[in-house]
Amino acid sequence: MENNHLPNYLEYRGKYKGLLGWLTTTDHKRIGLMYMYAMMTFFLAGAVIGLLMRLELIAPGKQLVEAQTYNAFFTLHGLTMIFLFVIPGVGAVFGNFALPIMLGAKDVSFPRLNLFSWYLYILGAIIVLTSQFMGDGPPDTGWTFYAPYSLKTQTNVVAAVLGAFVLGFSSILTGLNFITTMHRLRAPGMGWRRMPIFAWTLYATGWIQLLATPIIGITLSMIAAERLLGIGFFDPAIGGDPVLYQHLFWIYSHPAVYIMILPAMGVISEIIPTFSRKPLFGYDALIISSMAIAFVGYFVWGHHMFTSGMATSSRWIFSFLTFLVALPSAVKVFNWTATLYKGSIHLKTPFWWAMGFIFVFMIGGFSGLVVGSVATDIHVHDTYFVVGHFHYIVFGGTGFAFFAAMHYWWPKIFGKIYNQRIANIGLLIFFIGFNILYFPMFVVGLLGMPRRYYDYLPQFTSENVISTVGSWIMITGLIIILVNLFRSKKATGKEVDNPWNGPTLEWTTQSPPIVENFEEIPVVTHGPYEFK
Amino acid sequence: MSNDNSSHISGYKDHLFVLAILITFTVITVAITSVELNAFNTVAALLIATCKAAIVLLYFMHLKFDNKIYLLMTIFVIVILGAVIGVTLFDYLDQ
Amino acid sequence: METAINAHQETHHDLHRDDHASKLGMWLFIFTEILLFGGLFVVYSVYRTKHHVAFHLAHEELSIAMGLINTIILLVSSATVAMSITAIQRGNKKHAMYFVAATILLALVFLINKYFEWGAKFEHGMYPGSDLMQMLSNGDMLFFSLYFFMTGLHGLHIVVGMTLLIITLVKIKKDLVRSDKYALLENSGLYWHLVDLIWIFLFPLFYLIH
Repeated sequence: MENNHLPNYLEYRGKYKGLLGWLTTTDHKRIGLMYMYAMMTFFLAGAVIGLLMRLELIAPGKQLVEAQTYNAFFTLHGLTMIFLFVIPGVGAVFGNFALPIMLGAKDVSFPRLNLFSWYLYILGAIIVLTSQFMGDGPPDTGWTFYAPYSLKTQTNVVAAVLGAFVLGFSSILTGLNFITTMHRLRAPGMGWRRMPIFAWTLYATGWIQLLATPIIGITLSMIAAERLLGIGFFDPAIGGDPVLYQHLFWIYSHPAVYIMILPAMGVISEIIPTFSRKPLFGYDALIISSMAIAFVGYFVWGHHMFTSGMATSSRWIFSFLTFLVALPSAVKVFNWTATLYKGSIHLKTPFWWAMGFIFVFMIGGFSGLVVGSVATDIHVHDTYFVVGHFHYIVFGGTGFAFFAAMHYWWPKIFGKIYNQRIANIGLLIFFIGFNILYFPMFVVGLLGMPRRYYDYLPQFTSENVISTVGSWIMITGLIIILVNLFRSKKATGKEVDNPWNGPTLEWTTQSPPIVENFEEIPVVTHGPYEFK
Repeated sequence: MSNDNSSHISGYKDHLFVLAILITFTVITVAITSVELNAFNTVAALLIATCKAAIVLLYFMHLKFDNKIYLLMTIFVIVILGAVIGVTLFDYLDQ
Repeated sequence: METAINAHQETHHDLHRDDHASKLGMWLFIFTEILLFGGLFVVYSVYRTKHHVAFHLAHEELSIAMGLINTIILLVSSATVAMSITAIQRGNKKHAMYFVAATILLALVFLINKYFEWGAKFEHGMYPGSDLMQMLSNGDMLFFSLYFFMTGLHGLHIVVGMTLLIITLVKIKKDLVRSDKYALLENSGLYWHLVDLIWIFLFPLFYLIH
């Protein structure tokens, strides 16, 4: 496994050296890393905004900023976290890094297109950022840009939606690349049903990226056109229908949450068998449930609009389909649990992250039943209950899986090992803070506190204080986790090549891998979760 | 991975024949919609457009002769689009 | 000297060339375009349902003759690009170039027709953001907003398609696209057919249905 003569992908010197070597790379591993660095930066920026929001909300009345600024805060927080972190998230970073190696390939099908996707991501981020500083001020519409306000507000909506459009393009091209890669570059002997589940989830995700993202692209273009050219689509004053905007917006944005969560579930599906030293239970069920989530998830968007004035029969159908889509998710949790059963459990950091994921994801999922049911949603729509729900499921889901993946593949990516004790302590503090931050939101939401409000009634104060303190605890845990990773030490040999005895192909390479991953393309003779 | 393409080559005559059919359908569409048939106008025009689209997909875009996977994917995408349009419209037809 | 360098670059790329991947990639991209325009078809169908009288009246302001001519032009252009692929498969470089050139020319004629069609509207004060358009009744305004937006977006795709075909034409001339290496022509052709497909639906929806 030691390759003394071939440089690994981090040290490799090609036509260009240094930074330029990275900026012109077509190596999927470097591109994955570039996504990671950018994404962590944006995530931390978004987290800072979140902390500021929580500071403002520690008591009723003004603490730090005026209402207009607060509106800009939650808009930017949403835009950053959603478009710059969780949507590209696990796929762009770990899909890029691990997928080709897991398939026994040297790279993706379109390496140059892959680099182009990264540049689009950066360009989109820059455009969104400039919308904060140019013209008449940062957008205050919320990340959802609902019409007609988004058509009327004087703030920089056009720049923000343009940025989102460019980011969407990046997402589309990544999905296109991954799908083609799986069709064309699986190693000899790797039939479709010998692919790891992480690959399958990326496949399902790729299709959502392809088929849902264009809808948000065209919808945001219509907003821009309406603002710039005065042509009417959603302005009720000229016969436009704002509810139609909501339909179009959510036709993308609901499947988008499956873009967020499917790769995350894929990561968990890799970690659990490795740390149970047992093949994944129900391999086929996990494939089918991934596809089912992607497919059914396409038709539930109306549950974001129950109070918008939709027809009653429409609401019933969306609610029914919403309950239906919860089933394949539950199937996955059962499969993971069954994998653990009678397994040889190794309590390492990635395993703890996976357990944390299952805990918070289930809370998020159960709260989803409340918002997914029309009768109860009427009472909690646009309250903090929803905010609690999606933070549990998105931050708890994709966020936890992202950090789980970081701790799982860190040795492979960098050839370094981190201090597990500190990592676990960091995780524990993070986990405690996370729950203290978000659980009170369910309570205060049920009590009637609206979301996206700069101020609130005095009777909601105690929950808000608890929540804000929770944010401080959580961020402390996060800092410990990140600093600990940063201080990881270089190592060689098995300790870093395959520290967890992982069964999939990426663990057969050296850490960090050589540029083309394998000296010789492997021939696959068995399924992905065989343990000796 | 082999780069040999599908062995089927459509001749010039095949393409011109398809073109003739497409133009015929176009003329029929114009003729039908010039007659006042109310709701049936929309149905007829869309039906013929769908036939034309199918012909372009199958023959000009070679789906009939290529690997079946492309045809399957295309059908899948069209079904999804149709369903999205249908579900959205459903909300409006009921109001 | 130049040919030798070209040949070297070509061989290196050919080592990693995967025509099936390129074709799959183009099809996947076409799917995104179908959904892109699909979103607009959602908007169209909703507003047609809500304002069917206004849409009926508004469509009469469009010239069916113009629409018909443009439809035929695009159909013929689809045939010519398909025939160019037949030609290249048979190793007939001259025919391939003629057919690609014909496709590009037909596309240009389409755009010129569009220019006149839109121009006529503009001259009557009907353009996005104009006072006249602002004063239209609701259904009217929506029809023309959709008309300009959808045919405009379609026109943009015609320009993209033309660009792809021009690049392909140049490469055929340089023998970089030939009978054993014609993925670029095939995929540009696929893109062009997509542009035709969209118009096949735009034509009846805007010009014919009432």
